[in-house]
Amino acid sequence: MIPGTFDYHRPTTVESAVALLLQLGEDARPLAGGHSLIPLMKTRLSAPEHLVDLAAIEGLRRLEHVGDHVVIGAMTTQHAVINSTLLTDLVPILRETALVIADPQIRYKGTIGGNCANGDPGNDMPALMQCLGASYQLTGTGGHREVSARDFYLGAYETALAPGEILTEIRIPVPPAGHGYGYEKLKRKVGDYATAAAAVVITMAAGTCTSASIGLTNVSETPLWAAEAGRILVGSTLDAATVNAAVAAAEAITNPASDMRGPAEYRTKMAGIMLRRALERARVRATV
Amino acid sequence: MTKSHIKVTINGKAVEALVEPRTLLIHFLREQQNLTGAHIGCDTGHCGACTVDMDEMSVKSCMTFAVQANGAAITTIEGVANADGTLSALQEGFRMMHGLQCGYCTPGMILRAHRLLQENADPTEDEIRHGIAGNLCRCTGYVNIVKAIQYAAAKINGTPYQEAAE
Repeated sequence: MIPGTFDYHRPTTVESAVALLLQLGEDARPLAGGHSLIPLMKTRLSAPEHLVDLAAIEGLRRLEHVGDHVVIGAMTTQHAVINSTLLTDLVPILRETALVIADPQIRYKGTIGGNCANGDPGNDMPALMQCLGASYQLTGTGGHREVSARDFYLGAYETALAPGEILTEIRIPVPPAGHGYGYEKLKRKVGDYATAAAAVVITMAAGTCTSASIGLTNVSETPLWAAEAGRILVGSTLDAATVNAAVAAAEAITNPASDMRGPAEYRTKMAGIMLRRALERARVRATV
Repeated sequence: MTKSHIKVTINGKAVEALVEPRTLLIHFLREQQNLTGAHIGCDTGHCGACTVDMDEMSVKSCMTFAVQANGAAITTIEGVANADGTLSALQEGFRMMHGLQCGYCTPGMILRAHRLLQENADPTEDEIRHGIAGNLCRCTGYVNIVKAIQYAAAKINGTPYQEAAE
């Protein structure tokens, strides 16, 4: 399978990349790891006339602890996320999630920014970013703006990115020390997108849940932040009745498609099961 | 559509070429460089038969444009053997442990295993299995591939390979 013809651009600064994207308009696509875009181009489902490769832009690989946030450059690969001791120490759920994305080869090339910016509901990082309360720095010719991951996704492949804008950095508030976390993903095989997946971050104090945040992957046209389900857990001991109520609240906001991964009802139920498992793991991991 | 001028190092040799931007790395290697060791299996990024080593990453060369490799150092199966032409530890391992049957996945398996052992010199069986999760083999059932990689790790580490008791 051979993609259609295109012109290749390799800018070395963010400014020149966004200027190019604005000037070339809808015929141009930014290229990060390429593992979502290139398969589409090979099957001619996508035929951009220009690719603006972001690989040569030095500044997009930043990985830093700044104040109470970690800042991750958009071109940071999943492989780099997995091997970062900074991230594994401060936000270990990032590693747990990156490890269930695709396969080793794809994780060397696939980037966290591409995963978040593409708007594919099957991507794993977006629901995690919503769970963590992350925000995205979007950069255009006019400068930067900050959009919360919880406001970024408008529909399948529809995001808050304006024409000519790219996602340049992700800012994640560092969860409190001793927090519990879990990312649980049901997939048919290595490399598959989720049938359903859930991200959970909680804090506990003296056996009581003091905060809870839940994200759900691939059970709607967008990633879902299950705010109500999280609220139900707070103040409880995570007893069975409360967990059942939270799972029901999470299942209620799903709206999955029936597809080769299963009928909609099944995928909704699996979202509930993934939430239960992720929550249980988070509970065990949380230091009380 | 303008052709791009690229400079790459392939198996230690500097190469300059003109490529169409849409030329995939696997086609560049196989058709322009006559390096037919890396295989096209599924052509969809799943099977890993096209795996090559690029700047210390295992990459699927059917999902990478040759222009993206500009400036990179690439190793293919043709560059894996020892300088004197004898088999590398991994090649020897695949031979000794019968880590191949039809051989179609083998170049990709060996290149992936090469990077895995560079990053983790003494992997557990579980780490090997997760490490080669992006490479499909339809013949062996993976048992002897895992043994082949264990054999190579042992040889590189200077500890004779001993098969675990069944």
